[in-house]
Amino acid sequence: MTRVAIVGAGPAGIAAARVLSARGAAVTMIDEGRRPGGQIYRQPRPGLPLDIETLLGAEGENYRRTHAVFDDLRQHIDYRPLTLAWGVEDRTLHTIRGNAAATVEFDALILATGATDRTLPIAGWTLPGVFTLGGAQVLLKEHGCLIGRRVVFCGSSPLLYLAAKQYRAMGAEIVAVLDTTPFGAKVAATLELAAAPRMLARGLGYMGALRRVGVAVHHGVELRAFEGAAGVEAVRLRSRHGDEITLPCDAVAVGFGLKPETQLAELAGATLAYDNTFRQWLPRADADGRCGGNVYVAGDGATVGGAQAAALTGELAACAVLEDFKTAVTGIDRAHSRRQVARLRRFQRGLARAFAWPTDLIHNLADSVVICRCEGISAGELRASIRADFGPREVNRLKAITRCGMGRCQGRFCGLAAAELTARTLRTPLEAVGRLRTQPPIKPIPLAISLAENSAAAVRDETSAPA
Amino acid sequence: MSGRLVRAVAPGGPPVRILVDGVEVTAYAGESVLVAVLAARNALRRHEFSDEARAGFCLMGACQDCWVWLVDGRRIRACTTVVAEGMHVSTGAPADFPRHD
Repeated sequence: MTRVAIVGAGPAGIAAARVLSARGAAVTMIDEGRRPGGQIYRQPRPGLPLDIETLLGAEGENYRRTHAVFDDLRQHIDYRPLTLAWGVEDRTLHTIRGNAAATVEFDALILATGATDRTLPIAGWTLPGVFTLGGAQVLLKEHGCLIGRRVVFCGSSPLLYLAAKQYRAMGAEIVAVLDTTPFGAKVAATLELAAAPRMLARGLGYMGALRRVGVAVHHGVELRAFEGAAGVEAVRLRSRHGDEITLPCDAVAVGFGLKPETQLAELAGATLAYDNTFRQWLPRADADGRCGGNVYVAGDGATVGGAQAAALTGELAACAVLEDFKTAVTGIDRAHSRRQVARLRRFQRGLARAFAWPTDLIHNLADSVVICRCEGISAGELRASIRADFGPREVNRLKAITRCGMGRCQGRFCGLAAAELTARTLRTPLEAVGRLRTQPPIKPIPLAISLAENSAAAVRDETSAPA
Repeated sequence: MSGRLVRAVAPGGPPVRILVDGVEVTAYAGESVLVAVLAARNALRRHEFSDEARAGFCLMGACQDCWVWLVDGRRIRACTTVVAEGMHVSTGAPADFPRHD
């Protein structure tokens, strides 16, 4: 029996588990979450009377279907929630739940680790009340909570419009939606966006709906600062006409697209390749998610593609595993799925153009702005280090010298900005300054650990039916 | 101020009482420590290197900006830890913990 470890329980992980489990593979699913669904299909906590399917709107049906698939699957796989996969070597995954450590031996490893928000440093971004855009949505889905009463949604992402719409429906005052990309960039990307006409129409629908209810939507703004004393009290921006505007608020959701969680893929031996559209380093994989060896990637953790592409790539990765371990795959039209994925990823590339990563915002940062939130390292400290005699020429050296990226998040939220700043300061292409290398453990783990039994019985969770 | 976060849905579920710096705060079963504290307070903790107030950022266990101390000496990530009756959260480090700045 082929032993397959799947990391992640979002749409990609669940789709992969379904295909593998139905064909006799022994699936162990490692989920950092408390309940399956990942971030996109995060479930409300038990007892919370939130109508999640209505809140999710067009995605509500997919939410319901994905969780129905998991419920059918639950008894056939070894599901381990609240468990962090913190390292991998050869055919062993190292996990921890609370302070109970365990290992998972596998023949094949499918990494469906998803993504986090791509953010960039802005003056005041460490103030209480400034949260990531994805975080603002997760809080609403799981806890029925809003990040504040008067909220500014800003950055560059189609999710700005969706999140603002959801927040408004739940009673928040939307102060404004501030999109840093000019409207013209969206028009220019229409050809690529037309690869997924239904999604394009849905996105335009969100924008229109916000305007109709009188929400101020500004394109092409420059975010200058989040201001406040004990917490955020205003967003200062420059409009596309050059006016300086200050918008009072008590919360900010900020996001610039997504950033795949590639740490485990890197530790498992996948090659990371620079992608100039996303300006990020992504695991190199074939169309079915094969990274070489016994490692496979699926979903947004491979390349940002959205929930539908995630489920399709999860299926494709599962089929690839079956094929590589000599199990016949029938009943799945893989050629069709590959075409769909290619189309959805083309759409995402269009989105990356329509909602650009505003690198100039990073280069224009004042020296006083904090780049590394964990260690409190400023843009000025990085620039001084880079310009010094024999200064760093790539980001790992920069980290060693300045501690930028050395904190608890391990560069997840400063690494891209630090690389952009280094490249611009040195006047070299972004890929020439490299990327922060991953070190295990990929997230903080306690020093005091105990060895748990490697069995499903040792892992109690909230999805099991009461005995 | 009251709290930073707003419960937009009737909380539901049994109330759970926790302490934040010695003051009782009512939360609800299944809520994260981050939600419980920030529904009543402005911030979660002080940053180790600057004394800035911090209230978390990513809300999904990635940025590690919401680690807080419990009075019993443990440290927890507030956005992924669920409240428990009697839990005592401290928004500052213990008095004998070495300062970094």
